[in-house]
Amino acid sequence: MADLVCSDLCMTFTNPQTGAAVEALKDINFTLKKGELLSVLGPSGCGKTTLLNVVAGFLNQTSGSLKLGENEIKAPGVERGMVFQQGALFEWLPVSKNVDFGLRMKNEDKAKSAELVEKWLDIVGLAGFDDTPTYQLSAVMKQRVALARCLVNDPDVILMDEPLGALDALTREKMQSLILELWKETGKTIIIITHSVEEALLLGERLFVMAPRPGRIHKEYNLPFAEQGLTTSLRDIKQQPDFGAVREEILTMIWDMEEEIMSGA
Amino acid sequence: MLNWISFHRADIAAVIIIGLVIAFIWSIYVGRKETILRETDEVFGDPERTKGGWYWAVCGMSALMLVWFFFSWGMARAYFPNAANELCQIGKLNEAVSPIKATLPIESRYYKSTDIVVRNNEQLDALYARLPADAFTASEIAQLDSIYNTSKGLITLYSDPANLADEALRQFDAVANQLDGISDRLRAGPDGLVPSAEASDQPPWGVTEDEIPILATSPRGVLFDNVAVDAAVIAKSYTSVRNMPDEAGAMIADAKADIASLKDANKSSAFDEATAKTRNDYLKAVERIFRRLDDGLIFPAESLVGVHAAIDRLDDAIGDAKGSLSFVDAVFMPGEGVVKSRTICTEQGSARWLPKPTDVIATLGRLANPNTDEGGGFKGTTLLWWKWLAIADVVDFLIPDGLVDMLPGSYGTHDATGAFDPNYKDKLLAFASGEVSLGYVPMLDGHIWDSLFRVLVALALGILIGVPLGIYMGVSRFFKSFFDPMIELYRPVPPLAWAPLILTIFGIQDDGKIFLLFRVVFAIMWISARTGASGTQLSKIRASHSLGASNRQILKNVILPNALPEILTGARIAIGVCWGTLVAAEMLAGTTGIGFIENVARTVSDYELIWVTILIMGLLGLAFDLFMRLMIAKLIPWRGKG
Ligand SMILES: Nc1ncnc2c1ncn2[C@@H]1O[C@H](COP(=O)(O)OP(=O)(O)OP(=O)(O)O)[C@@H](O)[C@H]1O
Ligand SMILES: [Mg+2]
Repeated sequence: MADLVCSDLCMTFTNPQTGAAVEALKDINFTLKKGELLSVLGPSGCGKTTLLNVVAGFLNQTSGSLKLGENEIKAPGVERGMVFQQGALFEWLPVSKNVDFGLRMKNEDKAKSAELVEKWLDIVGLAGFDDTPTYQLSAVMKQRVALARCLVNDPDVILMDEPLGALDALTREKMQSLILELWKETGKTIIIITHSVEEALLLGERLFVMAPRPGRIHKEYNLPFAEQGLTTSLRDIKQQPDFGAVREEILTMIWDMEEEIMSGA
Repeated sequence: MLNWISFHRADIAAVIIIGLVIAFIWSIYVGRKETILRETDEVFGDPERTKGGWYWAVCGMSALMLVWFFFSWGMARAYFPNAANELCQIGKLNEAVSPIKATLPIESRYYKSTDIVVRNNEQLDALYARLPADAFTASEIAQLDSIYNTSKGLITLYSDPANLADEALRQFDAVANQLDGISDRLRAGPDGLVPSAEASDQPPWGVTEDEIPILATSPRGVLFDNVAVDAAVIAKSYTSVRNMPDEAGAMIADAKADIASLKDANKSSAFDEATAKTRNDYLKAVERIFRRLDDGLIFPAESLVGVHAAIDRLDDAIGDAKGSLSFVDAVFMPGEGVVKSRTICTEQGSARWLPKPTDVIATLGRLANPNTDEGGGFKGTTLLWWKWLAIADVVDFLIPDGLVDMLPGSYGTHDATGAFDPNYKDKLLAFASGEVSLGYVPMLDGHIWDSLFRVLVALALGILIGVPLGIYMGVSRFFKSFFDPMIELYRPVPPLAWAPLILTIFGIQDDGKIFLLFRVVFAIMWISARTGASGTQLSKIRASHSLGASNRQILKNVILPNALPEILTGARIAIGVCWGTLVAAEMLAGTTGIGFIENVARTVSDYELIWVTILIMGLLGLAFDLFMRLMIAKLIPWRGKG
């Protein structure tokens, strides 16, 4: 367990046909302590997914350094689990086989794996669904399976790219509570990307608002709402005046950025 | 039992057809009811809809079978078993009077006499218009003119009714009277007539090779048969009538003398080659026309009116005597109907090349009989049976003898006493060449199995090699670029284009055909595995990476299952294409297999056999596809739902 340190991180895509370069990320600096909950907001195309992919090790940065504790991040690894916008579940496997995928790849003891799978399915609220084919699950259930699949591997950092993007408002709130609970219980470092300002405020101990061209951290907030969310109902938090004030501030900020993109294009 | 079924095939067909009609109507009724029931709560495009209903399958199949029964005259045979025999007797009568009809404007537009007159006049005028005046002398030209005038004169002479001999008129009257006699007998009906014992002993319609029994088997048939005999005599007397007025004899003799003298002149070789040829050709043409005038076959039109009317009356009488048979002929026997030619009566129409369903089943039953000594099977091989297979033969096939040659040491030699003691190499050689008896295993056998075996082996090989290669090409730059050009070059070439080459290299035995099929299967399996593998979602692969899977594990646990739907679809297509290619390959060469049977059947125009092979191929193809559908449903229930 260690801190995630990102210094002078740059990521430039070069179009192989035209040679045109896109600075998806430029000079990103931050340190994320163990157990911190970070949410990332920003207008479309500002490099949120790119940042997450680099941290996950799916992409290699053009320059700068990215460390988890002492280790330079170069490739995907079990210590960084990923939850995708749409499950990316293995539809040919039943729920339990999806969840213990990582354990099977590591040839873990069968009995121990089974126990872990039971435990995590119980936590995400899918007890008894072991043998259900994943294609028979609803969208929320699929995301729960994806969450369990990631957590059963016991990663240090959990990366989520718009994990609740496809859900309706009500189930979304339930999932948000679930994520907060998990965060508290496991004490894991979590980076969550979202399009919803409210969600970012609720699920961010820290919050980065990113700006595009080049992709950079525009503003950083330290927020109390996630901590409150562990004890208070999320709906009550949303009613608080300071919650509303920050929300309006960020919305205006992103709105302006989008305006700029539109007129610039 | 089998013989009984074979003999009563028409009756069995009658029952089946009724069953089919009932199934057809009933399935429409059920289908309509189901549709009305569901129409309200179903959404167009709902996958449930495409499941359809078995009743529509029943409806389609029974409709197809009914169409088959109809166009193969199967319905006619089932419900009017005597119809063909009676039509055959009518065919005999028609054949008998056809010489008379040929001279009358019945099947053609003009009297035969009119035709001859018009044609001869035209040809005569054309011939004399191009008379080669410089090839003949003046006196010869005068002779030719006289022949021309005689010819023209003869035509006029024949055409004038005043010149027709009373004798000829009397003969025509007699013919007309006799024809009316036949008409009367037909109208009188077949009362009291009975078929001969010999006729009753004939096998029914369609049971033997001869198809339609030739001897009349019903009273009505006997009536037609009897009058046909008399009609033949009448026709003979009619065709012997000649129109030869007295003056005509002298004219013909004159002209003949002229022609003879001209021919004689030609023989004396006083002309150069070109002139001689011109003269010869011209003279031949003159003689040819004249020959058509000297046999007295031109009659004045009105002299034939009586016979014409009698024939019309006879046709009416035949029509009346036919009665309901006309209806059967017109409705249930699409095509020309039953035609008598020489010594047999044949079905002319769609039934000629479309055998009746029951006959196809009968032939199939004959082929399916595993006892080849009893006439079962085809060309000494059963259709589908089993035999004892010597394991040694398999060993011989699998292990090349050359492998033993490569082992260290040398083969044994005979010793001083002349004895030969085999060493280990000799023994291995005996084993490899199948000389060591290893016992027997039961094995399928027969034409169908041979075809099946080729397909299955090719399929197995194609999948075993094509799928891994395809998957590696889907994920690896090296595999993709290294193999892509060579495979893409051979893939578009139709498999049969390779056939001559492959058959030359591998021979006409199984290995050549298997290799040919392997190429087909391989290309399809390779391309589908590749498409499936390269279509794996990136997020799935990334997820597996973060879950700690190695490249090999991802290949086996993510990419392979992900490609499985495509692979199975590929296998399904491959089986179909394989089957088609196999039959074509077997038609090119070989001595067993379904394609071989069809090839033989084609050369002897055995339509029943051709349809039997088509039926077998269709059923086996259907079985393959049903099996694959089952596999797809069992193996990849998640397809289209991920
Ligand atoms: N593989 C790639 N090749 C080239 N350019 C890329 C690639 N991936 C992303 N980009 C560019 O990098 C920029 C950032 O993309 P990214 O996907 O990180 O945006 P995002 O913030 O996740 O947007 P969204 O909110 O719409 O998901 C965009 O301008 C995009 O066009
Ligand atoms: Mg994104």
